Order: sequence, then structure tokens, then C-alpha cells
Amino acid sequence: MSRLIKVKDISKKTDRLYTLDPKDLPKLPYPYEDWEDPPYPEVAEIKRKGKDISLDGILNVPVPAPETDEEKERLVAKFLEGLKKLLTVENNWTFLKPFMLSIDNCVRCNTCAEACPIFEMSGRAEIYRPLFRSEILRRIIRKHISPGGKLTAKFTGSDIDLNWETVARLAQLAYRCTLCRRCAQTCPMGVDNGLIAREIRKLFSQEMGIVPAELHEEGTVKQLETGSSTGISPMALMDLIEFMEEDITERTGLNIKMPFDKAGADILLIHNAGEFLSWPENIEAFAIIFELAGLNWTMSSDLVGYDSVNYGLFYEDVQLARVTLKHAEIAKKMGVKKVVVAECGHAHKAIMAIGDRVWVDDVNIPRESCFVTLEDIIMSGKIKVDPERNNFPVTLHDPCNITRSMGIIQPQRRVIKKICPQFREMTPHGVHNYCCGGGSGFAIMQGANFPSWRMTIPGRKKFAQILGAFTKEEFDSGVNKYVCAPCSNCKGQIRDLLTYYDAWERSRILYGGLVELIVNCMTDVREGFIEWELH
Amino acid sequence: MLIQWVTYVSILIAIVAMIAKALRYMTAPQNFRWELYPVPHERGKAEYGGSYLEELDWWSKPRHSDLFNEVKEMMMEIFLLKGVFHHNKKVWLFSLPFHLGLYICIGWLFLLLLGGIMEAAGSAVVVDAGTFGALVHYLTVISGYVGLILAGYGALGLFFWRALDSNQKAYNSFAEYFNLLFFDVVVVITLAFHFGSDPSFAVLRGYVRSLVTFSPTAIPNVLFTLEIVTMSLLIMYIPLTRMSHFVAKYFLYHAVRWSDTPNERGSKIEKRIMELLQKKVGWSASHIQTGKPWSEVVKEMKK
Repeated sequence: MSRLIKVKDISKKTDRLYTLDPKDLPKLPYPYEDWEDPPYPEVAEIKRKGKDISLDGILNVPVPAPETDEEKERLVAKFLEGLKKLLTVENNWTFLKPFMLSIDNCVRCNTCAEACPIFEMSGRAEIYRPLFRSEILRRIIRKHISPGGKLTAKFTGSDIDLNWETVARLAQLAYRCTLCRRCAQTCPMGVDNGLIAREIRKLFSQEMGIVPAELHEEGTVKQLETGSSTGISPMALMDLIEFMEEDITERTGLNIKMPFDKAGADILLIHNAGEFLSWPENIEAFAIIFELAGLNWTMSSDLVGYDSVNYGLFYEDVQLARVTLKHAEIAKKMGVKKVVVAECGHAHKAIMAIGDRVWVDDVNIPRESCFVTLEDIIMSGKIKVDPERNNFPVTLHDPCNITRSMGIIQPQRRVIKKICPQFREMTPHGVHNYCCGGGSGFAIMQGANFPSWRMTIPGRKKFAQILGAFTKEEFDSGVNKYVCAPCSNCKGQIRDLLTYYDAWERSRILYGGLVELIVNCMTDVREGFIEWELH
Repeated sequence: MLIQWVTYVSILIAIVAMIAKALRYMTAPQNFRWELYPVPHERGKAEYGGSYLEELDWWSKPRHSDLFNEVKEMMMEIFLLKGVFHHNKKVWLFSLPFHLGLYICIGWLFLLLLGGIMEAAGSAVVVDAGTFGALVHYLTVISGYVGLILAGYGALGLFFWRALDSNQKAYNSFAEYFNLLFFDVVVVITLAFHFGSDPSFAVLRGYVRSLVTFSPTAIPNVLFTLEIVTMSLLIMYIPLTRMSHFVAKYFLYHAVRWSDTPNERGSKIEKRIMELLQKKVGWSASHIQTGKPWSEVVKEMKK
């Protein structure tokens, strides 16, 4: 059925352009060959009211469903205004060059399709082909914005109807891509379909205010107002820290006081605040390692200073810059020598790579990845480790933002190879990895029927990779296996994957970060830091 | 002279269009970092996709750029289409000969130009005209036939791939078919004339000489007229289409994909960013203060 969908069908006035069917999904490897996914749930009437889900019936971005033709026309005109702004220096200097280059120069060879896990794992659904999405935008620009575009549309293949259906489905398509940029890596021209998807998201957000609540209202807005997208206020943070310090003593026998707001410290460590709530053991592990290594470090209790999250990275530049500037100002105020970004992929990219063009002038404070800091600690012998404590099968997930977008590949590997005797790589790995399936904000989108799509399509590739990293004997023997996912959002996605596929009960696969593995084998720490239970 | 004017105008339009294309990207503003690894100039790290960000206190250490590896990577991309080979072998089988054919044809055109200038200066370009004259003669003949045949074969193969591949068909425009056929038409006409009437390209060189000297020349037959007109139009047409993607590819790789220069205090990058922050924001969503400069908008908060 999907083969019949063409780019120009995007403007068709139908209730649903494509219907997902679990039967189309590729089979999983051993021991999941018999796995069958349930049908995709329909969005409850109350949730879909007033929203357009006519692309594929999946809801993760609240695209309005206007009732009158006038309203539709008004929104289409607004979209077109936004698209024009996307092509101007004033409004989009931040990404204008890469955007223009990617829009102008695709030779439509479809090489990108084979690299895209969403296209592959959907059973090659045409609407998820990377070229399908970018071609819609390209045709709209050529026909409706470029001079003489309407005259040459047939010749240049830009004949596309610009109605509300086109616009609404384009918004939905922008949220069917994890922005992993694997497609860009394989493009012979260097065209970046991931960037195009982000630019579409930006247009909808910065011009029309259409953006998933998890990213905007409950994401960057909440973070800037309350200090964290989790809603943790500075006061609540201190309660959590107190609990964690007690927990450290209980689990390890160590008395560790987590330093906060220490002016002039060598290191400002900044965590994804999701860790405080979901994985406090990760925060604790960092504190144990840094304290026992004798580092002069601190965390911040300032508003936004204790949450490295920056969901602006996933959908627009204004909120992205606002959040990262807050981080920069806090680092400057504290007078730290450097900022170390803890286990969070998108925070790495926002603070280090994107921040490189925002932390300018007097807030240009050096930033470093925690993997580099940890490698120095482990390799220099500042802490003592006994790898035998980690003598179980371990594999490593590579967060896209840290590897493909920043080239940080080896530090985490050198650490894990030193402390895990049974470490093995996934295939492929490093800079050629596959996304966890929760990238670009997907991991925190839990509403309506989206989790079902996220588990079965983008997440399916990662789950297949995880299964492929372990041997049949390891599955059959029921030995505990560990997926090291050193990124908060990736960890959330892998937790959801292991839950959906019942992988802990069925196959004894657990997940966690890198620092938990380090503490688990530290000889100064009581044995058994990793608790083998899924949470 | 009318036919020569077609060539002059075509070349002029091609040059202007090419410069305009390059300027469009060259003058685009400083963008946020958006590199993509592997980056080949990362010395000792490019092989696995690493970067200087793997170093402890990276900002305090000198960065060693591996220019040799970057040039090697560029050469492999330009002359072997390495990316296409690794990720789309089906296309590579036709795209490589097509591109190599084009490169050789460009060399052939320059050899014709060189020969034309030599003849205008009184030096013959024939087998027994001395070492240099003979060399230019032989190179012209070899590059002409090899280049045209490779480009023609590649264009035909790409045409059939586009027309027959089930994944591809839906994404082709009429222009894509037209472009490839245009190449083949020029190749067939050119080969037909020279196989039949001018195997050493002496007539064509004579035509180039007339262009160089701005003097009239004899046009032997209709086929030659067709060759000159179609080839001139093709030279003009290429920069007006995506076929001139080699210009953009340079920027896609050097200004985006491999652009990992960090911003340092007082650097040119910082200066450009500071200027761009004064641009006024025109976005109109409710959380953005339309009309204010970026420098203010990013420091304020609005729902």
C-alpha cells in the first residue's frame, strides 16, 4: 500500500494518508523471532479533538484541524510567511547556509533512504523516506517562493498543491525523524535531511506556535521559569540531594557531601535533571567518582543551572539560545574554570557545539565532555578499580549527538574496555551508530499513541542491535546483560524499549549509564552498586 | 559569426551563473556549528570519526589539522565518488564513468582551447609538428573520445536507472530525464560528426581558434552546426541547474560538514556573531518579541 503514495499525494483530502500495520514491520533477531506487535492504538476521541493526525494516525505534535476554509487559508498563508522568513538572513542566520545548501542541491538519488532506521524499520513506508519529507518542502519553496516557480513547476518536478493538508502533514512528518543525521552521513552531496526536518519544526514553532508541549510549554518554557523541565525547583533539588547523599551512604558505606555553588571551582558539573528523578544513582555515581578522585568540582543550584536539558535544540533557535545562554551566564557567575557536561547527549551538543556560537565574548567559558574527564580519572589511576566486579556481558550505545555530531568516540570506550572484561560493540557503532529511537525529544513524548510508534519503528532498530550484541549462549544461560547508555534521553528510550519488549524478564537485559559501571567496580566502594532490577 | 555568438553568450552566461552560485553560498552568514563526523582533517582521529573534543582541556592545546588527509578524502570523493561507492553501488556504476567522463571532457575542451591558441600563434597541432604540438594533438584525440564515451555511457546508465528503479521513479522530475538525455544528444552528435568527418578534432580546433581570434570560420555541414549549438547550450545550461552541484558540494563539505573551527575570544567568528545578533527578529510566535534584535530576544522570556 505504501508504495502507491507519491509526494504530491501529501495534499490529498483524506482522513489518513497512510495506515500503519504491524505486519509490515521487519522481524527481530534471536530470541525475538516470534515477537508480534499489537495493532497501533487509535488516538482517543477526546485527545484528537481539534487536531490533525491525517498523516498516519499518530499524535505527537498538536497540529490544529481548522473547521473553516477561511481558517485553513489563513494558516497556509502564515506557513508561507514563515517559510519566507526561514530563507532570510535576519530571521535565520543561525542555519541559513546549511539550510540553503541542503534545499538547493539534493540530486534525488535516495542513498539516504537506506541509512534511515525509521524508513527501514517501518517496512519501508514511503512517507518515512527521508527524501519524501524534504521533497515536499523543496517543491513548496520552488513553486511558491522562487521567482517563476509556478511556470517551471512541471519541468522541475515541483508541482505540489499547497493546501492545509500539505502543511499539516508536513508538520507531522517533521516529527517522524529523530534528527540522528545518519542520512546526511551517507549523502554523497552532503545534504542533511535531519537539518531540513529541524528547520521545518523551527518554522512551525517560531512562526505558528505549533510544537509538542513536551518540548515547549513543558520543556524550555518550564525550564526557564522553574529551573528545570522536570519541574524541580531549587528548593526541591536540595531535598533530592539530601536523599541521594543518604542513599550513597546506604549503598556504598561512603559519606559524600555533594558540593553546590562553590565559586571558583575547577569544574561545574551539569546534569540532565531527569537523572535526579529517574536515575539518582547516576548523580550519586558522579559524586562518588569526582570526590574520590579529589577533583575540585561543584554543581549549581541556580535556576536552570542544575538542568543541562535544552529541548530548544530539537525544535527552534530562540529557545535554544535562551537556555544555553542561561547556562553560560551561570558558569560565568560562578567563576568556574570549565563546565563538564554529564551523561546527556543533546546537552553535550547544545552546550559544547551549538554553544560554541552562543557562548561568545565574556561568557566563552571552556566546556568539556564528562567522558573525557572520566577517562582521565580512570587512566591516571586516581581511583582504583577491579574489573572482575563487572564480569558480565556489556555493550555500549552511542548517543548520536555525542558521536556523529561531535566526534567523541574513544574516551568512553577506553574507560569501558578497562573496566568491563566482557565488553562487546554493537554493529554498527561509534560514529556510524543507530539512534536509540528516542532522539529529537521523542524519548520524553509519552502522550496519545506515540509511544507505540516510537517503540516499534525507530526503537526497533536499536532493540535489534542490542539483541545482536549478545550471543545465543548468553541468552540461553539467562546471564545478566548490561546495555551502557551514557545519555539521559537514550536511557529513557532504552528503558521503555526493554519494558515494551519485556527484555528484562525474558532475556535478562538491563540498562544504565557509564558511571554506574565505574562505581560498581571501584575497590573503595562496597560491592553491588548496580542493582539488577528494571526501573 | 552568428554561431560563434551563440558560443560566446553561452560561455558568458555559464561563468556568470557559476560565480553567482558560489557568491550565494560564500556570502551567506556565519551559521551555528553543524559539523558531521568523520571529519578528515582531525589528525589521528579521522579514521574512527573522532575530534579534538576528545582531548582533556582541548582549548588549551594546539589543534593539528591534517591537510593531507583532507585533500586525500576530497580527491577520493571527486575522482572515485567514494561516498556513492560505499552507500549506493548501483548508482556508482554509472555515476563514476559519467563524472570521470565529464572531467576528461573539461580537460578536452581546455586542450582544444590550448590548440586553438597555438594555431592562432602560428604553431601547428598535428602528429608531425614537434613534440609539444604532437602531444597536444594526441591528448586532444584521446581525451575527446574517452571523455565523450564515458560521459555518454554514464548519462545513459543513469537515465535508465532513474527510469527503471522502482524506488527512484517517483522522485524524478522531467528535468532529470531531460538533463541526462541532453548530455547523450550532445555526445551522439559530437561523436557522429567527428567519427565521420573530423577524427582528429582539427575542424573543432579551428572553430575554437576562430573564437579566440574573433574571426569568421567556415562551418562544414549541418551536423557540425548542431554540435556547436548543442554543446554551447549545454555549457550554458549546466550552471543553471543542479548539475553544477560541484560548487555547492565544496561549501556543503567545507562550510558545514567539516567546519569544526571553535570560536575563540576575539576571533573573526565571534565578531561575525556579535554583528548578526543585532539583526532584528521577525518571527511572530507568541513567545518571541518580534522587531527586537536577537541579542535582546535571547535574553528575555516570553511564553
